[in-house]
Amino acid sequence: MIDPVLLFEQLFNGVQYGILLFLLAAGLTLVFGIMDMMNLAHGSLYMVGAYIAATVTLATNSFLIGIFLALPATLLIGVLLEVVILRHLYDRGHLDQVLATFGMILFFNELVRLIWGPAGIEVPLPNILNQSLTLFSIPLPVYRIVVIGVGLLIAAFLYILVVKTRTGMLIRAGASNREMIGALGVDIKVVFTLVFGLGAALAALAGVMAGPIFAATIGMGENILIQVLVVIVIGGIGSIRGAFVGALLIGVIEILGRSFLDDFFKLFLPVNAAETAAPAAASMLIYILMAAVLFFRPQGLFPARSG
Amino acid sequence: MKVNRETIVCVLIFLLLAMVPAIAALTDVPFYLDLARRMMILAIGALSLNLIMGYGGMISFGHAVFIGIGAYTVGICAEHEIVSGYIQWPLALIISAMFAVVFGAISLRTRGVYFIMITLALAQMMYFLGVSLDRYGGDDGLPLAEPSNFSGLIDLSEKTSLYYLVFGLLIFCLWICQRMVNSRFGMAIQGARSNEERMQAIGFPTFRYKLTAFVIAGAMAGLAGALLANHTDFVNPDMMHWTRSGDLIIMVLLGGMGSLSGPIVGALVFILLEEALSGITEYWQLIFGPFLILVVLFARGGLLGFLEKARELKPSLDRDNG
Repeated sequence: MIDPVLLFEQLFNGVQYGILLFLLAAGLTLVFGIMDMMNLAHGSLYMVGAYIAATVTLATNSFLIGIFLALPATLLIGVLLEVVILRHLYDRGHLDQVLATFGMILFFNELVRLIWGPAGIEVPLPNILNQSLTLFSIPLPVYRIVVIGVGLLIAAFLYILVVKTRTGMLIRAGASNREMIGALGVDIKVVFTLVFGLGAALAALAGVMAGPIFAATIGMGENILIQVLVVIVIGGIGSIRGAFVGALLIGVIEILGRSFLDDFFKLFLPVNAAETAAPAAASMLIYILMAAVLFFRPQGLFPARSG
Repeated sequence: MKVNRETIVCVLIFLLLAMVPAIAALTDVPFYLDLARRMMILAIGALSLNLIMGYGGMISFGHAVFIGIGAYTVGICAEHEIVSGYIQWPLALIISAMFAVVFGAISLRTRGVYFIMITLALAQMMYFLGVSLDRYGGDDGLPLAEPSNFSGLIDLSEKTSLYYLVFGLLIFCLWICQRMVNSRFGMAIQGARSNEERMQAIGFPTFRYKLTAFVIAGAMAGLAGALLANHTDFVNPDMMHWTRSGDLIIMVLLGGMGSLSGPIVGALVFILLEEALSGITEYWQLIFGPFLILVVLFARGGLLGFLEKARELKPSLDRDNG
């Protein structure tokens, strides 16, 4: 029988993982949506953010300084990449974009290996975050509560930015018709550099927050990037709302699947078969969900671009 | 047959490849044999990708998954003591084709960045499936107890025989691609690449055509997988990792998309670059990554395209001057 305390605990972890996915998906979905640009190197910014924060945190013994240095540093790297390389790829085919950003991933992974070595970095948490609250006899780590809180704040900020402000209006207009907004005299390239920088900072924030949970490792960016792509496909390209719903959905399914699928399989399979099949099925779950969504709604749940 | 630079380069490469076993024996460096064989196997994979990507405009970022499925089919058969190549290899082709039907049917419902992301995600799903298959080695992979047994025909434990088998199959695959691209079917695929609506309007069910091309490419990659399993005597999930799919795309692009033998040139250049750069520094991708970006930014049309362009450029310059 499934233990309700454990279920709630894992549900909580799933939401927290979904928040991380959302921070990455939010920036990326806007990049896809506005410029119709395939950027695989988004995960590299997540990794770079995590490594910078880890280094600064270990050197200064302050997690806060780590965050406040890693965010602007990664933002700067992101803007630099956009201006030097990516900007020249908007008018190219998707294939060129895929290859150039693939080259960037190889470069960043190797650079990180050169600077920090092949082993990952464990990031220690300050004491104040490194404890648990107990709610109805369910232990909730304070740090994860903070991660969820920060993520919700960012989601609210992005919602207001995109829906209520002039910048957001330009972003949405750019997503629905790039040529038209250019013809109306808006310098969409500047808007895009800003969006890209914002996306880089959000990726870095996700990386910084993931550091104490998963440790900073080489290749951390690609593993999560694939799941972020699934989130974006499910949510609909260019949609912040879609990214939020998709991210929470994928986060929860991913974590619950890994924890409880074997129990679920045991209801109708022999114990042995269930224990063999469950890990395999759990790792495929989100992709099956993606395939199902695509089958019924090829444009995702909340398509930003209509027509 | 029109003799152009592409044909000459191609013939030269095949002559060179035919001599590699002799060169390896003379210089006593068996590593050359190993390197050239791996290169040719990857070239088969790249050829099959070029079929859908170069001619069909379907940018699949998960093509290595079919190589992995072909390799795993051989590996799993061997694990269950089915060692006959007459069973293993057709099975590898059929199973990778079956997966290609499913993956193609899902991903071809979409276009553009969606297609890239979905092929990538489906391939990564199979990668994680491979990692979680503890019965077949999981993360560590599955050693091949013995090579595929083609009794009475060829002995694959003899590495030079395997070499010439790969060599022959590469030529065969190139021939198939040439026949397909110039057939009515190939024309329909290329038509769908440049304008899908128009092809539909004149009565071509483009989805079915594209799916068929996707499945043929998947089966051909499955063959490369069966060869790869015999080449390395080993099967592991890493063969399906998305960076392997990226490598295949790089090969196709380096050689020049949509030229028939381009992927072979691309695979050759890729393997040589990898060897040369990793000889210079352990951190070779630090050079390879920026190299890739430069190729994308400045050498469109790949290396063969570069050769052709260099020749075309001269007359046009003359015209400008006169």
